[in-house]
Amino acid sequence: MKKRLVTTAALVFALQMASVPIFAHHGNAEFDVGKRVTVKGTVTKWFWANPHCLLSFDAKGDDGSVVHWIAETQPPRSIVPGGFGEYTFKPGDEVTVTLEPVKNGRPVGRILEVVLPDGTKLITGHLD
Amino acid sequence: MPRRFVAPMVSLIAGLMFVPITTSAQLRQPGLVYDFDRPDEKPAPPPKHDISGVWEPALGPGAGIQGKGALAMGSCEYKVPGVPYSGYAYDPKAPVPDCLRPAVEPPYTALGRETLLSHVPTEGYRMVPSVESNDPEPGCNPQGFPRIVLHLFRTSRIIQTRDNVVILYELNKKWRTIWTDGRQLPKNAEQPTWGALYAPESRWWGYSVGKWEDDYTFVGESNGFNDKTWIDNAGLPHSDALQVEERYHRVDRDHLEMTIIIDDPKMYTKPWVALNKLRLRLQSPSFDIPEEECSPLETEEYNKMFASPAAGKDATKQP
Repeated sequence: MKKRLVTTAALVFALQMASVPIFAHHGNAEFDVGKRVTVKGTVTKWFWANPHCLLSFDAKGDDGSVVHWIAETQPPRSIVPGGFGEYTFKPGDEVTVTLEPVKNGRPVGRILEVVLPDGTKLITGHLD
Repeated sequence: MPRRFVAPMVSLIAGLMFVPITTSAQLRQPGLVYDFDRPDEKPAPPPKHDISGVWEPALGPGAGIQGKGALAMGSCEYKVPGVPYSGYAYDPKAPVPDCLRPAVEPPYTALGRETLLSHVPTEGYRMVPSVESNDPEPGCNPQGFPRIVLHLFRTSRIIQTRDNVVILYELNKKWRTIWTDGRQLPKNAEQPTWGALYAPESRWWGYSVGKWEDDYTFVGESNGFNDKTWIDNAGLPHSDALQVEERYHRVDRDHLEMTIIIDDPKMYTKPWVALNKLRLRLQSPSFDIPEEECSPLETEEYNKMFASPAAGKDATKQP
């Protein structure tokens, strides 16, 4: 039994390690695939919606000015298993967001992971 | 906790704990079971004349064509050594989207190829940003059949009655009826009707009838489609002459294979297999299929807030 558990866990770990984003409602054309950006900011809006949820948050830019970020996730059904929920965020919440940005350099991207102040990690996939 | 739940639970927790920030994968819905959860199982024999139940792609979350497009299901696939299924992973070194070009093209007619090239998809090897696409489906327009199974085939419930087989699809909460009461397909597929009671009307989902080919194989035939939809998310075309054969073969108690064959003489020179024996796994009858309903208002808001700036179509500030 123990051997089987370890094997199964290793299998899932390997699957997730090996996976990269694929498509659904839209593809990868907008995104700088493979690039990663991590931003600390303050939530201004959490839009729980289909076909994609949107997290708006403000962060400090390099010059100290406020940058308004917006980042998408997959639809609700796809991110609930990663810890997200309709009431996960409210305006004013501090978040650390790791995302894949768009190619055009704007503060826009799709979320890979959000870390909450208590260390809780919320993860997404890219299907959908 | 029952022992049969321990392995999936541990694997889920392990997966969630260790998923790295540089990669990602589709997450599994709690409660669903995949073949890799039960590597040592010996499935019971298949029941006769029965494809009812809750079905999910057996090899893993996201198994199936997804956005790649028909005939490109295996494109860009990344084989992980020692892992029995990694079909939803892309090779990190592959030149996406070029690697999404299917090795074998559908047998287009001249009109078929011309129509294909007029379609501007957001997925497949011809992908563009969503605001530049002319895909008829975003905005909550019906994706129709067979696109619903040639894109995101998700957990679905099949119900059998005396007179029909009804399939309830998770994506956008759609459903179809395949009649088994002996009626025939509309004879004129371009002005289809079930008979004198019904005015001729082409349909997004077509007209469907089905029968048992043998004790374990149910075959549906559909025609009478309108020509407003695409075959898949990569923009493959069809016309109002489309006829679809869908085959469900019950392999054993826990598995069903789904095959989709396209026949459209206006767009293709001969019938071709769009989905070949996608392996489905029977799930608990009490599994509550998640809600994934397309909302036009939310889509409009999404396009304004995200899709336009993502494609550089607004004045969003630079970071």
